[in-house]
Amino acid sequence: MKRRNIILTSISILLLLVFIFVADSSFDAYKVRILNLCAIYTVLGLSMNLINGFTGLFSLGHAGFMAVGAYTTALLTMSAATKQQNFFLAPILPPLDRLNAPFLVALLVGGLLSAFVALLIGAPVLRLKGDYLAIATLGFSEIIRIVFTNTQRITNGALGLKAIPSTTNLWWSYGAAAFTVVIMALLISSSYGKAFKAIREDEIAAESMGINLFKHKVLSFVIGAFFAGVGGGLLGSLMGTIDPQMFKFAFTFNILLIIVLGGMGSITGTVIAAFIISSAGELLRFLDQSINLGFVVIPGISGLRMVVFSALLMVVVLFFRNGLMGTNEFSWDKVIGLLQRRPLIKRRLGQ
Amino acid sequence: MLKINDLVVSYGKVEALKGISLEVEEGKIVTLIGANGAGKSTTLKSIVGLAKPQSGTITYNGKNLLLEDTKNMVRSGITLVPEGRRVFPNLTVLENLKIGAYCRKDAKAIKDDLEWVYSLFPKLKDRSWQQAGTLSGGEQQMLAVGRALMSRPKLLMMDEPSLGLAPLIVKELFNIIKEIHKQGMTILLIEQNAFAALKIADIAYVLETGNITLKGTGQELLTNEEVKKAYLGESTHA
Ligand SMILES: Nc1ncnc2c1ncn2[C@@H]1O[C@H](COP(=O)(O)OP(=O)(O)O)[C@@H](O)[C@H]1O
Ligand SMILES: [Mg+2]
Repeated sequence: MKRRNIILTSISILLLLVFIFVADSSFDAYKVRILNLCAIYTVLGLSMNLINGFTGLFSLGHAGFMAVGAYTTALLTMSAATKQQNFFLAPILPPLDRLNAPFLVALLVGGLLSAFVALLIGAPVLRLKGDYLAIATLGFSEIIRIVFTNTQRITNGALGLKAIPSTTNLWWSYGAAAFTVVIMALLISSSYGKAFKAIREDEIAAESMGINLFKHKVLSFVIGAFFAGVGGGLLGSLMGTIDPQMFKFAFTFNILLIIVLGGMGSITGTVIAAFIISSAGELLRFLDQSINLGFVVIPGISGLRMVVFSALLMVVVLFFRNGLMGTNEFSWDKVIGLLQRRPLIKRRLGQ
Repeated sequence: MLKINDLVVSYGKVEALKGISLEVEEGKIVTLIGANGAGKSTTLKSIVGLAKPQSGTITYNGKNLLLEDTKNMVRSGITLVPEGRRVFPNLTVLENLKIGAYCRKDAKAIKDDLEWVYSLFPKLKDRSWQQAGTLSGGEQQMLAVGRALMSRPKLLMMDEPSLGLAPLIVKELFNIIKEIHKQGMTILLIEQNAFAALKIADIAYVLETGNITLKGTGQELLTNEEVKKAYLGESTHA
């Protein structure tokens, strides 16, 4: 890396830290919540992009992995008393009642359990060629939801879990997001990443080059599921309550939207899109209220926000077929190149 | 080096190969020519384990290849340039070439080989940052061959590299194949373009609907009356 780039990167990290510090201490709860969601959606988006975007596997089970992570983290961080209050229909199954762990450990266990479940589904299905994975993962995700609805003494069934300790704050969520970005970037630029991309592009050619298809598919799937579990755990702690209804297919679809919007196969794109999707709904909220233009007052139409939001998405999909970033990544050299191009044109025009 | 004996392969009821035998000696260019659907690709697929034979044997330096997995072929020194090029379209030329060296660990030698491939295909060097999918057909074929060379094969197998290329490009490509061979590589070349293939081949086989009907040196088959009639036309390429 060039010296200039190292300096620019250090400055950016410093600015981000200052921003989190300021936001954490002085922003109102509503804004902090949105900022938290942006970071958590970044984790979730990246985890799905690894599987679907970088490796080209068509997996639709993300909500299921999130659910595993969210429930594990919640059950490991809730106090015995809170658990007792939650499980009033049927008592919680021992030893879950007294099982407890620090937040970080709980997140990691949630991620690992989710990864383990991914291994169980992935190992048989990923041996087959073709898109059996989409069917299997979609089914898995629905089964998880039904199982969680019926295991009253483990998950509290349809009632869900309430009063989950709200440990997630900006430091946790942005720490997790930064960690995920770094791990993904390292993974993608490693020889594993090369193999993932080769598999996405052409399985037969990849196999002809000596790449073990099965091993790399399983690896990508399991790592993706791990981060989905961690993201789910963070989300549960942020929300304070979780229930099986939360983890319907619509949730998977939201994450899919992020990676399609950002660009399948771009870390940068996923980060940008995660921020857009999680904040756009809120930023456009003014559309639902009446607008005073001074000479005329437009009455508020509730729901207009969602109409505009959907229209914007359609425009993006129509005009950027490969999402905002395609498979491109951010680099200082590119940014500086862009900044320098403008004056160059001006100089030419001036002559 | 490579020996195929009485190989039978069928897809369901269709018998694509009906008991063929052929041999590739070390250091030679061997070509297998035949019309569309003769079973040429099936032969190559069987060698690398992408098609499963009903009976017969394939041995490579005395080792039974039928027991090997496709992904281990490259490690044992056999690399296939698949039919229809199959470059990785959204990756750059350089990334494509690096994936070719996926099974190797010797960073220094890989770098040298990259220079070697660039010297064989100077166009690839100029375009190393371009996405492979945006290359012309000829350039993509060069890339597919270059990518295979990056694995440092002992036996390089090519499935119809001339397919869909302009005559001038075919000539350029076959000159490079000759050059690679001169540097000591063994080559099994599968072609419909019989004239180009026979001209550079040491040994040639003719495959017709699953049977090998002729065998000879490239020169012999070029002047063989039947081959002339069936594969060379009378006046073409004169
Ligand atoms: N995957 C397949 N399934 C069924 N039949 C196939 C398949 N691949 C090839 N064949 C048949 O096998 C025969 C030989 O095909 P192939 O080896 O591709 O010929 P060539 O490469 O000489 O054009 C053809 O009749 C073809 O239709
Ligand atoms: Mg063929």
